[in-house]
Amino acid sequence: MNDKTGPIIQIEDIQKHFGKVHALRGVTLHVQKGEVVVIVGPSGSGKSTLLRCINRLEEYNSGKIIVDGIPLDTAQNINIVRQEIGMVFQQFNLFAHLTVLDNLMLAQKIIRKRSKEESRKVAVELLKKVGIPEKLNAYPSQLSGGQQQRVAIARALAMNPRIMLFDEPTSALDPEMIKEVLDVMMDLAKEGMTMVVVSHEMGFARAAAHRIIFMDEGQIIEEAPPGQLFTHPKQERTKRFLSKVLDH
Amino acid sequence: MFSQRKTEPIDTSITPPGLSNLPETGVAYHIDSWWWLVAAVVGIIAILSIAKPDPYWRIIVFVRDGISVTILITVVSFILMLVVGMLGGLGRISTNKIIHLITTLYVEIVRGIPLLVQLIWWYFAFPVIIKQIGAWIHFAPFAEYRSNAILLAIFGFVFCYGAYMSEIFRAGIQSIPKGQMEAARSLGMSYFQAMRHVVLPQALRVILPPVGNEFISMLKDSSLVSAVALADLTRRGREFMSANFDSLETWTMIALLYLVMTLFSARIVNYIERRIKIER
Repeated sequence: MNDKTGPIIQIEDIQKHFGKVHALRGVTLHVQKGEVVVIVGPSGSGKSTLLRCINRLEEYNSGKIIVDGIPLDTAQNINIVRQEIGMVFQQFNLFAHLTVLDNLMLAQKIIRKRSKEESRKVAVELLKKVGIPEKLNAYPSQLSGGQQQRVAIARALAMNPRIMLFDEPTSALDPEMIKEVLDVMMDLAKEGMTMVVVSHEMGFARAAAHRIIFMDEGQIIEEAPPGQLFTHPKQERTKRFLSKVLDH
Repeated sequence: MFSQRKTEPIDTSITPPGLSNLPETGVAYHIDSWWWLVAAVVGIIAILSIAKPDPYWRIIVFVRDGISVTILITVVSFILMLVVGMLGGLGRISTNKIIHLITTLYVEIVRGIPLLVQLIWWYFAFPVIIKQIGAWIHFAPFAEYRSNAILLAIFGFVFCYGAYMSEIFRAGIQSIPKGQMEAARSLGMSYFQAMRHVVLPQALRVILPPVGNEFISMLKDSSLVSAVALADLTRRGREFMSANFDSLETWTMIALLYLVMTLFSARIVNYIERRIKIER
């Protein structure tokens, strides 16, 4: 891996069509190492699609993405990049047939080739870190949504990723569970993890983000540090969106 | 293969050892009440054999080797069919157009032809093709090929049932939420690693009931091989009858013997299903 000072994620002019829908219309975005970027915007604006392009869960029609110096072109490169990027999903997507411990150990064993003891140690430590060390033998269905999402974050971290992607991580959670997940994300941000977060949690964006990206209709409309974007948005569309999400 | 849960050394400071692995009371050791039916049929066979050894016990002794043939064909075909079904199922969901086309054609064609006709075709028609090819390329083992009844019967079964099984596997794999595959891929697993470690283990739980039913259907359909010169249970029954003319006794006994095997299998399938439910 290179440790040059260039952007760790380089997205250049991405175009994406879903049939007739033009989901991404030439998006260019650079993310620096250690930066926390929060993408906001109305639903259907292409935020999640853009995020999913970064680890190529979504194919794009043109443009290029380079992660940590590696272009996402061949299947082999895509797999290498995926091993360096942790992803957290709206629906948690824990492996339903495995215990919490096995969820955290599976990829460590088969991708990172760690021994059973070593991956177990990593798993136990991470479960402590996300605050649920007592659940290691539980199955995902026995956990609350907030607990499942924290396990999902731990599962991604177990691979020692250099980048974490969060795709609306709190949108499927009951309100009282949102905080426990945001707390874990906040800690990660403080530790200097490079994070790209799609979220409707404006409080989190304000507190954790270095930069807010506002997207609408498949384009980046405006980007700025949170203090600036929330208080003095330049674009009319940004103002309209913020007036809807911030006033309650 | 189904018991994915491995007994990890449990951290005693957190959970009392073993407690988390205990099944709920009254679930695991509850004996399935339908076992009485299996026992009843076995009882009837025993009573008949003891009360009237001639012809009932004689029939059992005579068809004994037929029972082994029936079980052999069913079990071997079933195992091979699972492999074909899994490959076929993966082919049916493949994004590769050629693989998808081939497996779809296979499934559609096989499902449109009666099993009996397929078995007869493999036994009588297929060897002709082999012989002609052998004569054509001057390859003696092919040119002088003689039909091996057991092999061709198993082949016919696997070919036919594999198509139905492919559809069961396809449906089972597609019933697993897409997010499971995405989560596995996002951790850097390849498609096949994700299939093997994440999707298939879950799909197998879903398809277990229909797969168990296929096994029982196969056990019953194996009587069709009596049409292609294989001495299975049905054919042995027919041989006994033509020598002794006890049609009522013979066919009643044959029916009872099949019934014991299918009822017994159904209980085993049921048992495995409940075990897996508890594991979740």
